[in-house]
Amino acid sequence: MNFDYTEEQTLLDNMVTSFVRDNYDWDTRCNIVKSEEGWKAENWKQFAELGLLGVPFDEAYGGLGGKSTDLMIVMEQFGKGLVVEPYLPTVILAGGLISKLGTEEQKNSIIPEIISGNIRCAFAYAEPQSRFDLNDVKTSAVLNGDDYVLNGFKSVVFGAGMASHLIISARTDGDQRSESGITLFIVDTKSEGLTLQNYPTIDEYRASEVIIENLKVSKDNVLGKVNMAYDAIEEIVDISTIAACSEAVGILQVLKDSTTEYCKNRKQFGQSIAKNQVIQHRLVDMMIEYEQAKSILYMAVTADLSSSDERKKVVSAAKARIGKAIKFVGESAIQLHGGMGVVDEYMVSHYFKRATMIGVLFGNTDYHMKRYMTLTQSGISSSDEAISVSVT
Amino acid sequence: MDIAFSNEDLKFQSEIRDFIKTNYPQELRDSINSKRKLGKELSREDLTAWHKILGKHNGWSAPSWPKQYGGAEFTPTQKYIFEQECAKAECQYIMPFGINMVGPVIYTFGNEEQKAQHLPGILSGEVFWCQGYSEPGSGSDLASLKTSAVKEGDYYIVNGQKTWTTMAQYADWIFCLVRTNPEAEKPQQGISFLLIDMKTPGVTIRPIKLMDGSHEVNETWFDNVKVPVENLIGQENMGWTYAKFLLAHERSGIAGVARSKKAIERIKQIASSEMSYGEPLIQDPAFKAKIAAAELELSALEYTELRTLAKDSAGKGPGPESSLLKIKGTDIQQAVTELAMEAVGYYANPHLGTTLSNEYVGPDYATNLSGTYFNFRKASIYGGSNEIQRNIIAKMVLGL
Repeated sequence: MNFDYTEEQTLLDNMVTSFVRDNYDWDTRCNIVKSEEGWKAENWKQFAELGLLGVPFDEAYGGLGGKSTDLMIVMEQFGKGLVVEPYLPTVILAGGLISKLGTEEQKNSIIPEIISGNIRCAFAYAEPQSRFDLNDVKTSAVLNGDDYVLNGFKSVVFGAGMASHLIISARTDGDQRSESGITLFIVDTKSEGLTLQNYPTIDEYRASEVIIENLKVSKDNVLGKVNMAYDAIEEIVDISTIAACSEAVGILQVLKDSTTEYCKNRKQFGQSIAKNQVIQHRLVDMMIEYEQAKSILYMAVTADLSSSDERKKVVSAAKARIGKAIKFVGESAIQLHGGMGVVDEYMVSHYFKRATMIGVLFGNTDYHMKRYMTLTQSGISSSDEAISVSVT
Repeated sequence: MDIAFSNEDLKFQSEIRDFIKTNYPQELRDSINSKRKLGKELSREDLTAWHKILGKHNGWSAPSWPKQYGGAEFTPTQKYIFEQECAKAECQYIMPFGINMVGPVIYTFGNEEQKAQHLPGILSGEVFWCQGYSEPGSGSDLASLKTSAVKEGDYYIVNGQKTWTTMAQYADWIFCLVRTNPEAEKPQQGISFLLIDMKTPGVTIRPIKLMDGSHEVNETWFDNVKVPVENLIGQENMGWTYAKFLLAHERSGIAGVARSKKAIERIKQIASSEMSYGEPLIQDPAFKAKIAAAELELSALEYTELRTLAKDSAGKGPGPESSLLKIKGTDIQQAVTELAMEAVGYYANPHLGTTLSNEYVGPDYATNLSGTYFNFRKASIYGGSNEIQRNIIAKMVLGL
């Protein structure tokens, strides 16, 4: 049993840490998020040069064959720097789907392009009515000759505006909420029939509403089997959820450390406010929440993710528990920073906002709590588990 | 990062499992269960029987002790497995006062005679220890303690009162913090660590009944008690250092992750039998959510403990981070005892095992669950209250 990084992982950690330190100081980041594009091509190029864009991909396609721990390392450091480039949408989410479902031809044509930094992708799955339910898909795809014709609407698609390709989930069969009958399509973002309405998010990332009107997609651009995409979507969203949790843990560390420092330095009534026990105990509770969040992330990362039952259980456990930590550490950080906490100019509010939006991403605390309960408790009332009641 | 058990660990696990299966006495299980149900006190034999069996087997009664002192010297993973297996099999826990507290102090700071005199009895479970730290006026502010020890020839003459002395009614020996230098500049500097035979004339105890009716703790008085100077651990007036060392050891044990896990499993079973709104309670959304919340907290704590264990294996003893384990571990224990009581509805009420009633009522699984809930309010108070633990983290970890 050990929680140490391997030599390669330590190198990766150092590499991402120095990237963030050297290229992502606060002023630079402010300029990036204020820019028209909302990300920096130069940084993306560096990701490619450093090999970061290839971390999770199979070596056969030029990737590094990394596992969940490697993605955790990257995302945790990105979290510390609030890196806004669309790594999660492109590499982990869309990249994950292509790796999982793509034909050899699709993989050979797309994955090396992602790894070299030439293209970015995004995954359009959520719809206005679906909330976090991945199975709730109204967007339709109807076969017409050799093409599918798609119609519908996708909401809050992260990174779509920076992407050359979108993966779209659409219903090819079944009811709106049926798990079977969902199919994935890879489309060029410039395609006719696709309209992107781009906007910044409250935490300074970029997302888009995607309007799909009579979008023609060739049969060749179906990703995976027709009607059968649901399991893969759930799996890759789970993997992406662990990545989001990793980013959150990096952010929580910054919030905890910077708040502790701030309280040491801030003087009121002639002394550092950290001399007050009421402040000390709040800081200790922030530390405890951070450590608990990190621990449950480790549980998810080291679990056997190849078993789908285990994967769903640990992912929802981690997301629900980390969601709770985000709220406590984030709100406490703002509170203890006092007036400095609520201004846009100071860093802490930006970390708080990003952490809070990660709380929503891929399902919030209640959503994952319910999923966890369904996975762990529904079967327990079967007669063999119940204790017989003996009243004397 | 790799938390998978190695083949050796798995072999170790089945070895422990088999050992418990073959060697944990059914009479002991029955004796403890029937007493628990009626809220009756466990006997000295109940408390030490399993300890004695483990003591005869490769030092398994002392998982952390070095081999040279007869301990098992388990690796962190082995310790974790051992605790898990004992908890799963609901083995009686080993009293911590000898094994986890005074034992490590003796082998770390004691002289050769003291090691030879005391370690074998602690290991075997033949000698029962208790702890003389708290005093009526010294709870969280332990260093303000007043029990005095004045050197006269070859003896210390001890006078004063200790309190919350757990299981003093069975104890052969007590380890005490006493004031040897009332003039010291700081209160911490005048304290010594003394071992006192409970049979020494002048030592008297009086039971303190807890709110569940149980007798776990006592008041202990010292009236001109003559303690040989050989019973001083380490140096005079250095007792605070040893006490702090001991407190860190004490805390690392009280997270109780494996036992809380078992307790949650029991609650799920109970809640599958109990009905609410015509359905098993386990299906009740509000109750279910509380169980799930406890499980998540416990999962996280389990990995926090594993991370601490992994760090310990790098050769460092438990540090101030163990305060975190104490705070969270006892939080969860309290949440779990509350859930268990809540699960049985009205049957939280009967108080069995008093002089007024000696009969069982209600479902088997319901007896004394409220007693346990009330009893466990102690957990966030003992071993340094959870507020004191936060002070420790604030100072030692966050540098405030």
